[in-house]
Amino acid sequence: MIRILLEALIACHNCDLLHQRRFLQHGEWASCTRCGACLYQHKQDSLNRTLSLTLSSFILIIGANVFPFMTFKLQGRVQEALLLTGVQELYLQEMGVLAILVLAVGVLFPLLKIFGILYVLLPLKLGRRSWKAIPVFRFVETLHPWAMMEVYLLGVIVAYVKLVDFATIVLGSSLYAFVGLILTMAAADAFMDSESIWDELEVS
Amino acid sequence: MSSLALTAARASLLSCHMCHRLNTSSPPLSADSTVCCSRCGMELHSRKPNSLARAWALTLAAMILYVPANILPIMTVISWGEGEPDTILSGVIALIEADMLPIAALVFFASITVPVLKLLSIIYLLLSVQTHSTWRLKDRTTLYRLTEGIGRWSMIDIFMISILAALVKLEAIATIEAGPGAVCFAAVVVLTMFAAESFDPRLIWDVTEQASHD
Ligand SMILES: [Zn+2]
Ligand SMILES: [Zn+2]
Repeated sequence: MIRILLEALIACHNCDLLHQRRFLQHGEWASCTRCGACLYQHKQDSLNRTLSLTLSSFILIIGANVFPFMTFKLQGRVQEALLLTGVQELYLQEMGVLAILVLAVGVLFPLLKIFGILYVLLPLKLGRRSWKAIPVFRFVETLHPWAMMEVYLLGVIVAYVKLVDFATIVLGSSLYAFVGLILTMAAADAFMDSESIWDELEVS
Repeated sequence: MSSLALTAARASLLSCHMCHRLNTSSPPLSADSTVCCSRCGMELHSRKPNSLARAWALTLAAMILYVPANILPIMTVISWGEGEPDTILSGVIALIEADMLPIAALVFFASITVPVLKLLSIIYLLLSVQTHSTWRLKDRTTLYRLTEGIGRWSMIDIFMISILAALVKLEAIATIEAGPGAVCFAAVVVLTMFAAESFDPRLIWDVTEQASHD
Protein backbone atom coordinates (compact mmCIF):
# COMPACT_ATOMS: atom_id res chain seq x y z
CA MET A 1 0.00 0.00 0.00
CA ILE A 2 2.72 2.43 1.04
CA ARG A 3 4.69 1.32 -1.99
CA ILE A 4 1.87 2.22 -4.39
CA LEU A 5 1.70 5.65 -2.79
CA LEU A 6 5.45 6.07 -3.11
CA GLU A 7 5.40 5.05 -6.76
CA ALA A 8 2.83 7.76 -7.43
CA LEU A 9 5.25 10.40 -6.17
CA ILE A 10 8.61 11.68 -7.30
CA ALA A 11 11.04 14.01 -5.54
CA CYS A 12 12.91 16.60 -7.58
CA HIS A 13 16.57 15.54 -7.59
CA ASN A 14 17.68 19.17 -7.64
CA CYS A 15 15.50 20.63 -4.86
CA ASP A 16 13.77 17.65 -3.19
CA LEU A 17 10.22 18.95 -3.71
CA LEU A 18 7.63 16.15 -3.93
CA HIS A 19 5.44 15.94 -7.00
CA GLN A 20 2.59 13.68 -7.95
CA ARG A 21 3.40 11.68 -11.06
CA ARG A 22 1.06 12.23 -13.96
CA PHE A 23 0.61 10.33 -17.17
CA LEU A 24 2.43 12.07 -19.98
CA GLN A 25 1.81 12.01 -23.71
CA HIS A 26 4.63 10.92 -25.98
CA GLY A 27 7.39 13.49 -26.12
CA GLU A 28 6.14 15.40 -23.07
CA TRP A 29 8.27 16.00 -20.04
CA ALA A 30 7.43 17.05 -16.50
CA SER A 31 9.47 19.77 -14.83
CA CYS A 32 9.79 20.73 -11.18
CA THR A 33 7.35 23.50 -10.20
CA ARG A 34 9.93 25.04 -7.89
CA CYS A 35 13.35 24.84 -9.60
CA GLY A 36 12.52 23.87 -13.19
CA ALA A 37 14.57 20.64 -13.29
CA CYS A 38 13.30 17.90 -15.58
CA LEU A 39 11.55 15.30 -13.40
CA TYR A 40 10.71 12.60 -15.93
CA GLN A 41 9.89 12.19 -19.58
CA HIS A 42 7.80 9.93 -21.69
CA LYS A 43 9.68 8.78 -24.75
CA GLN A 44 7.98 6.98 -27.59
CA ASP A 45 9.22 3.54 -28.62
CA SER A 46 12.25 4.13 -26.43
CA LEU A 47 13.48 0.54 -26.10
CA ASN A 48 13.54 -0.25 -29.84
CA ARG A 49 15.12 3.05 -30.82
CA THR A 50 17.77 2.94 -28.10
CA LEU A 51 18.62 -0.66 -28.98
CA SER A 52 18.97 -0.11 -32.72
CA LEU A 53 21.03 3.05 -32.26
CA THR A 54 23.29 1.36 -29.72
CA LEU A 55 23.79 -1.60 -32.06
CA SER A 56 24.84 0.84 -34.80
CA SER A 57 27.16 2.54 -32.31
CA PHE A 58 28.75 -0.81 -31.56
CA ILE A 59 29.61 -1.36 -35.23
CA LEU A 60 30.80 2.22 -35.65
CA ILE A 61 33.02 2.20 -32.56
CA ILE A 62 34.86 -0.82 -33.94
CA GLY A 63 35.30 0.88 -37.33
CA ALA A 64 36.42 4.10 -35.64
CA ASN A 65 39.17 2.30 -33.73
CA VAL A 66 40.43 -0.18 -36.31
CA PHE A 67 41.25 2.21 -39.17
CA PRO A 68 43.51 5.29 -39.08
CA PHE A 69 41.60 8.56 -38.63
CA MET A 70 44.35 10.89 -39.78
CA THR A 71 47.53 10.60 -41.82
CA PHE A 72 50.32 13.13 -41.46
CA LYS A 73 52.70 13.65 -44.38
CA LEU A 74 55.81 15.81 -44.14
CA GLN A 75 58.97 15.71 -46.26
CA GLY A 76 58.25 12.25 -47.56
CA ARG A 77 57.50 10.88 -44.12
CA VAL A 78 54.09 9.38 -43.50
CA GLN A 79 52.59 8.89 -40.06
CA GLU A 80 49.18 7.26 -39.58
CA ALA A 81 47.26 7.48 -36.33
CA LEU A 82 44.48 5.40 -34.83
CA LEU A 83 42.32 6.82 -32.06
CA LEU A 84 44.46 4.81 -29.65
CA THR A 85 47.88 5.76 -31.05
CA GLY A 86 47.91 8.86 -28.87
CA VAL A 87 47.38 6.72 -25.78
CA GLN A 88 50.37 4.57 -26.71
CA GLU A 89 52.51 7.63 -27.48
CA LEU A 90 51.63 9.37 -24.19
CA TYR A 91 52.53 6.17 -22.37
CA LEU A 92 55.92 6.02 -24.13
CA GLN A 93 56.53 9.66 -23.15
CA GLU A 94 56.08 8.59 -19.51
CA MET A 95 52.78 10.43 -19.26
CA GLY A 96 50.98 7.32 -18.02
CA VAL A 97 48.29 9.29 -16.16
CA LEU A 98 47.32 11.18 -19.31
CA ALA A 99 47.44 7.97 -21.36
CA ILE A 100 45.03 6.25 -18.95
CA LEU A 101 42.71 9.26 -18.88
CA VAL A 102 42.52 9.56 -22.68
CA LEU A 103 42.06 5.80 -23.00
CA ALA A 104 39.29 5.79 -20.40
CA VAL A 105 37.16 8.79 -21.39
CA GLY A 106 37.89 8.61 -25.13
CA VAL A 107 37.52 4.91 -25.91
CA LEU A 108 37.02 2.57 -22.94
CA PHE A 109 34.05 4.24 -21.22
CA PRO A 110 32.10 4.74 -24.48
CA LEU A 111 32.74 1.08 -25.30
CA LEU A 112 31.66 -0.09 -21.84
CA LYS A 113 28.58 2.10 -22.07
CA ILE A 114 27.61 0.49 -25.39
CA PHE A 115 28.24 -3.03 -24.03
CA GLY A 116 26.30 -2.23 -20.86
CA ILE A 117 23.27 -0.87 -22.69
CA LEU A 118 23.18 -3.87 -25.05
CA TYR A 119 23.63 -6.29 -22.15
CA VAL A 120 20.68 -4.82 -20.25
CA LEU A 121 18.32 -3.91 -23.09
CA LEU A 122 18.62 -6.89 -25.46
CA PRO A 123 17.18 -9.36 -22.90
CA LEU A 124 14.60 -6.74 -21.79
CA LYS A 125 13.39 -6.64 -25.38
CA LEU A 126 12.74 -10.39 -25.11
CA GLY A 127 11.03 -9.90 -21.75
CA ARG A 128 13.91 -11.24 -19.69
CA ARG A 129 16.39 -9.79 -17.29
CA SER A 130 20.07 -10.51 -17.77
CA TRP A 131 22.27 -11.64 -14.90
CA LYS A 132 23.20 -8.69 -12.63
CA ALA A 133 21.27 -6.37 -14.93
CA ILE A 134 20.57 -3.87 -12.15
CA PRO A 135 24.22 -3.26 -11.11
CA VAL A 136 25.22 -3.17 -14.79
CA PHE A 137 22.62 -0.52 -15.58
CA ARG A 138 23.66 1.47 -12.51
CA PHE A 139 27.22 1.35 -13.88
CA VAL A 140 26.00 2.56 -17.30
CA GLU A 141 24.22 5.51 -15.67
CA THR A 142 27.32 6.38 -13.63
CA LEU A 143 29.55 6.27 -16.74
CA HIS A 144 27.37 8.76 -18.56
CA PRO A 145 29.30 12.04 -17.97
CA TRP A 146 32.66 10.28 -18.37
CA ALA A 147 32.20 9.06 -21.96
CA MET A 148 33.55 12.03 -23.91
CA MET A 149 33.71 11.10 -27.58
CA GLU A 150 32.18 14.36 -28.77
CA VAL A 151 34.87 16.27 -26.87
CA TYR A 152 37.49 13.99 -28.45
CA LEU A 153 36.16 14.98 -31.89
CA LEU A 154 36.67 18.67 -31.09
CA GLY A 155 40.22 17.78 -30.02
CA VAL A 156 40.71 16.15 -33.43
CA ILE A 157 39.47 19.31 -35.17
CA VAL A 158 41.78 21.58 -33.17
CA ALA A 159 44.75 19.27 -33.84
CA TYR A 160 43.90 19.29 -37.56
CA VAL A 161 43.81 23.09 -37.64
CA LYS A 162 47.17 23.26 -35.86
CA LEU A 163 48.87 20.91 -38.32
CA VAL A 164 47.25 21.74 -41.63
CA ASP A 165 49.49 24.74 -42.31
CA PHE A 166 52.83 22.97 -42.24
CA ALA A 167 52.08 19.42 -43.33
CA THR A 168 49.72 17.44 -45.53
CA ILE A 169 46.90 15.94 -43.49
CA VAL A 170 44.73 13.21 -44.97
CA LEU A 171 41.52 12.39 -43.12
CA GLY A 172 40.91 8.68 -42.82
CA SER A 173 37.76 6.62 -43.11
CA SER A 174 37.60 6.01 -39.38
CA LEU A 175 36.97 9.71 -38.81
CA TYR A 176 33.64 9.33 -40.61
CA ALA A 177 32.81 6.28 -38.51
CA PHE A 178 33.73 8.35 -35.46
CA VAL A 179 31.39 11.20 -36.43
CA GLY A 180 28.65 8.64 -37.09
CA LEU A 181 29.33 7.05 -33.71
CA ILE A 182 28.94 10.38 -31.91
CA LEU A 183 25.62 10.98 -33.68
CA THR A 184 24.21 7.51 -32.96
CA MET A 185 25.34 7.62 -29.32
CA ALA A 186 23.83 11.08 -28.82
CA ALA A 187 20.58 9.91 -30.39
CA ALA A 188 20.60 6.74 -28.25
CA ASP A 189 21.05 8.94 -25.16
CA ALA A 190 18.18 11.15 -26.25
CA PHE A 191 15.85 8.19 -26.80
CA MET A 192 16.86 6.22 -23.74
CA ASP A 193 14.20 6.39 -21.04
CA SER A 194 16.03 5.40 -17.85
CA GLU A 195 12.89 5.73 -15.78
CA SER A 196 11.01 3.10 -17.78
CA ILE A 197 14.07 0.83 -17.98
CA TRP A 198 14.25 0.84 -14.17
CA ASP A 199 10.53 0.02 -14.08
CA GLU A 200 10.98 -2.89 -16.47
CA LEU A 201 14.05 -4.17 -14.67
CA GLU A 202 11.99 -4.25 -11.49
CA VAL A 203 9.08 -6.27 -12.90
CA SER A 204 10.93 -8.66 -15.20
CA MET B 1 8.03 31.19 -2.05
CA SER B 2 5.83 28.96 0.06
CA SER B 3 7.50 28.05 3.33
CA LEU B 4 5.36 24.93 3.53
CA ALA B 5 6.89 23.22 0.50
CA LEU B 6 6.60 19.47 1.00
CA THR B 7 9.97 17.94 0.33
CA ALA B 8 10.96 14.29 0.46
CA ALA B 9 13.14 15.05 3.49
CA ARG B 10 10.21 16.64 5.36
CA ALA B 11 8.02 13.64 4.52
CA SER B 12 10.78 11.34 5.89
CA LEU B 13 11.29 9.86 2.45
CA LEU B 14 14.56 9.12 0.72
CA SER B 15 14.79 9.76 -2.99
CA CYS B 16 17.18 7.45 -4.82
CA HIS B 17 19.93 9.42 -6.52
CA MET B 18 20.30 6.73 -9.18
CA CYS B 19 16.77 5.69 -10.21
CA HIS B 20 14.65 8.36 -8.48
CA ARG B 21 12.51 5.81 -6.61
CA LEU B 22 11.18 7.12 -3.30
CA ASN B 23 11.91 4.94 -0.30
CA THR B 24 10.66 5.15 3.28
CA SER B 25 13.41 5.91 5.76
CA SER B 26 12.21 3.31 8.30
CA PRO B 27 13.78 1.48 10.06
CA PRO B 28 15.17 4.63 11.69
CA LEU B 29 18.62 5.53 10.55
CA SER B 30 21.41 4.98 13.00
CA ALA B 31 24.77 6.56 12.44
CA ASP B 32 26.47 3.56 10.90
CA SER B 33 23.65 1.70 9.17
CA THR B 34 22.89 2.29 5.52
CA VAL B 35 19.59 2.01 3.70
CA CYS B 36 19.55 0.84 0.10
CA CYS B 37 17.08 1.61 -2.65
CA SER B 38 14.30 -0.98 -2.98
CA ARG B 39 14.56 -0.85 -6.75
CA CYS B 40 18.22 -0.44 -7.76
CA GLY B 41 20.10 -1.20 -4.54
CA MET B 42 21.93 2.13 -4.47
CA GLU B 43 22.85 3.43 -1.04
CA LEU B 44 20.33 6.06 0.03
CA HIS B 45 21.02 9.44 1.60
CA SER B 46 18.63 12.29 2.23
CA ARG B 47 21.45 14.62 1.18
CA LYS B 48 24.79 13.63 -0.33
CA PRO B 49 27.07 12.74 2.60
CA ASN B 50 29.67 15.39 3.53
CA SER B 51 28.64 17.28 0.42
CA LEU B 52 30.12 20.64 1.39
CA ALA B 53 33.39 19.32 2.83
CA ARG B 54 34.03 17.07 -0.15
CA ALA B 55 33.13 19.74 -2.69
CA TRP B 56 35.42 22.25 -0.90
CA ALA B 57 38.32 19.83 -0.74
CA LEU B 58 38.06 18.95 -4.43
CA THR B 59 37.61 22.60 -5.43
CA LEU B 60 40.61 23.77 -3.40
CA ALA B 61 42.77 21.00 -4.88
CA ALA B 62 41.62 22.07 -8.36
CA MET B 63 42.41 25.73 -7.60
CA ILE B 64 45.92 24.86 -6.48
CA LEU B 65 46.57 22.75 -9.57
CA TYR B 66 45.10 25.43 -11.80
CA VAL B 67 48.25 27.54 -11.29
CA PRO B 68 50.83 25.00 -12.63
CA ALA B 69 48.29 23.99 -15.29
CA ASN B 70 48.60 27.47 -16.75
CA ILE B 71 52.28 28.15 -16.06
CA LEU B 72 53.88 24.84 -17.04
CA PRO B 73 54.01 23.80 -20.70
CA ILE B 74 51.14 21.53 -21.75
CA MET B 75 53.28 20.34 -24.66
CA THR B 76 56.65 20.92 -26.26
CA VAL B 77 57.33 20.99 -29.98
CA ILE B 78 60.87 19.67 -30.49
CA SER B 79 62.38 20.52 -33.85
CA TRP B 80 66.04 19.97 -34.77
CA GLY B 81 66.93 19.54 -31.13
CA GLU B 82 65.27 22.75 -30.03
CA GLY B 83 62.17 22.57 -27.88
CA GLU B 84 59.45 25.18 -28.00
CA PRO B 85 57.14 24.87 -25.00
CA ASP B 86 53.44 25.72 -25.34
CA THR B 87 51.20 26.73 -22.45
CA ILE B 88 47.41 26.78 -22.63
CA LEU B 89 47.42 30.51 -23.31
CA SER B 90 50.25 30.45 -25.87
CA GLY B 91 48.34 27.71 -27.72
CA VAL B 92 45.35 30.05 -28.03
CA ILE B 93 47.57 32.97 -29.10
CA ALA B 94 49.21 30.79 -31.78
CA LEU B 95 45.74 30.01 -33.16
CA ILE B 96 44.84 33.71 -33.22
CA GLU B 97 48.09 34.54 -35.03
CA ALA B 98 47.33 31.82 -37.57
CA ASP B 99 43.99 33.59 -38.23
CA MET B 100 42.02 30.61 -36.96
CA LEU B 101 39.68 32.78 -34.94
CA PRO B 102 36.69 30.41 -34.51
CA ILE B 103 38.99 27.60 -33.34
CA ALA B 104 40.90 30.03 -31.11
CA ALA B 105 37.60 31.11 -29.58
CA LEU B 106 36.60 27.49 -29.05
CA VAL B 107 39.87 26.60 -27.31
CA PHE B 108 39.79 29.81 -25.27
CA PHE B 109 36.26 29.02 -24.14
CA ALA B 110 36.93 25.34 -23.34
CA SER B 111 40.37 25.69 -21.76
CA ILE B 112 40.24 29.06 -20.02
CA THR B 113 36.67 30.34 -19.64
CA VAL B 114 35.04 27.06 -18.60
CA PRO B 115 37.55 26.03 -15.87
CA VAL B 116 37.59 29.54 -14.34
CA LEU B 117 33.82 29.98 -14.44
CA LYS B 118 33.36 26.48 -13.11
CA LEU B 119 35.64 27.04 -10.12
CA LEU B 120 34.03 30.42 -9.38
CA SER B 121 30.54 29.01 -9.68
CA ILE B 122 31.21 26.06 -7.34
CA ILE B 123 32.83 28.40 -4.80
CA TYR B 124 29.87 30.77 -5.04
CA LEU B 125 27.38 27.91 -4.62
CA LEU B 126 29.28 26.58 -1.60
CA LEU B 127 29.53 30.01 0.07
CA SER B 128 25.89 30.84 -0.61
CA VAL B 129 24.76 27.58 1.01
CA GLN B 130 27.04 28.12 4.01
CA THR B 131 25.75 31.66 4.56
CA HIS B 132 22.13 30.40 4.30
CA SER B 133 21.46 32.73 1.40
CA THR B 134 17.84 32.87 0.26
CA TRP B 135 18.72 34.92 -2.81
CA ARG B 136 17.57 33.63 -6.24
CA LEU B 137 17.25 29.98 -5.28
CA LYS B 138 15.99 28.94 -8.69
CA ASP B 139 18.76 30.71 -10.59
CA ARG B 140 21.38 29.16 -8.35
CA THR B 141 19.93 25.71 -9.08
CA THR B 142 20.13 26.47 -12.81
CA LEU B 143 23.72 27.62 -12.31
CA TYR B 144 24.44 24.27 -10.67
CA ARG B 145 22.96 22.34 -13.61
CA LEU B 146 25.09 24.35 -16.07
CA THR B 147 28.21 23.84 -13.96
CA GLU B 148 27.59 20.12 -13.83
CA GLY B 149 27.03 19.79 -17.58
CA ILE B 150 29.76 21.97 -19.03
CA GLY B 151 32.90 20.67 -17.30
CA ARG B 152 33.66 17.83 -19.69
CA TRP B 153 34.24 20.22 -22.62
CA SER B 154 37.51 21.38 -21.07
CA MET B 155 39.08 18.07 -22.09
CA ILE B 156 39.54 19.32 -25.70
CA ASP B 157 43.16 20.34 -25.07
CA ILE B 158 44.06 16.98 -23.56
CA PHE B 159 42.67 15.10 -26.57
CA MET B 160 44.42 17.54 -28.91
CA ILE B 161 47.79 16.86 -27.25
CA SER B 162 47.25 13.12 -27.51
CA ILE B 163 46.51 13.42 -31.25
CA LEU B 164 49.46 15.75 -31.92
CA ALA B 165 51.78 13.38 -30.04
CA ALA B 166 50.47 10.48 -32.12
CA LEU B 167 50.96 12.22 -35.46
CA VAL B 168 54.05 14.37 -35.06
CA LYS B 169 56.90 12.00 -34.29
CA LEU B 170 59.47 12.56 -37.02
CA GLU B 171 62.46 12.19 -34.69
CA ALA B 172 64.83 15.07 -35.60
CA ILE B 173 62.48 17.09 -37.81
CA ALA B 174 59.59 17.51 -35.40
CA THR B 175 58.28 15.73 -32.34
CA ILE B 176 55.51 16.80 -29.99
CA GLU B 177 55.71 15.77 -26.35
CA ALA B 178 53.10 16.24 -23.66
CA GLY B 179 54.23 18.45 -20.79
CA PRO B 180 53.57 18.49 -17.03
CA GLY B 181 51.04 21.33 -17.46
CA ALA B 182 48.77 18.91 -19.30
CA VAL B 183 48.72 16.54 -16.31
CA CYS B 184 47.81 19.41 -13.98
CA PHE B 185 45.15 20.67 -16.37
CA ALA B 186 43.61 17.21 -16.76
CA ALA B 187 43.57 16.94 -12.95
CA VAL B 188 41.76 20.31 -12.71
CA VAL B 189 39.08 19.11 -15.14
CA VAL B 190 38.57 15.79 -13.35
CA LEU B 191 38.62 17.35 -9.86
CA THR B 192 36.07 20.04 -10.77
CA MET B 193 33.82 17.39 -12.32
CA PHE B 194 33.96 15.44 -9.06
CA ALA B 195 33.44 18.65 -7.06
CA ALA B 196 30.26 19.48 -9.00
CA GLU B 197 29.12 15.90 -8.54
CA SER B 198 29.73 16.08 -4.77
CA PHE B 199 27.74 19.27 -4.32
CA ASP B 200 24.11 18.64 -3.44
CA PRO B 201 21.83 21.31 -4.99
CA ARG B 202 19.05 20.39 -2.54
CA LEU B 203 21.12 22.17 0.12
CA ILE B 204 20.33 25.43 -1.71
CA TRP B 205 16.64 24.87 -0.95
CA ASP B 206 17.02 23.55 2.60
CA VAL B 207 17.36 27.14 3.79
CA THR B 208 13.61 27.63 3.16
CA GLU B 209 12.94 24.77 5.60
CA GLN B 210 15.07 26.39 8.31
CA ALA B 211 13.38 29.75 7.76
CA SER B 212 9.95 28.25 8.33
CA HIS B 213 11.04 26.74 11.66
CA ASP B 214 11.94 30.14 13.09
ZN1 LIG C 1 13.08 21.04 -8.16
ZN1 LIG D 1 17.25 3.41 -6.80
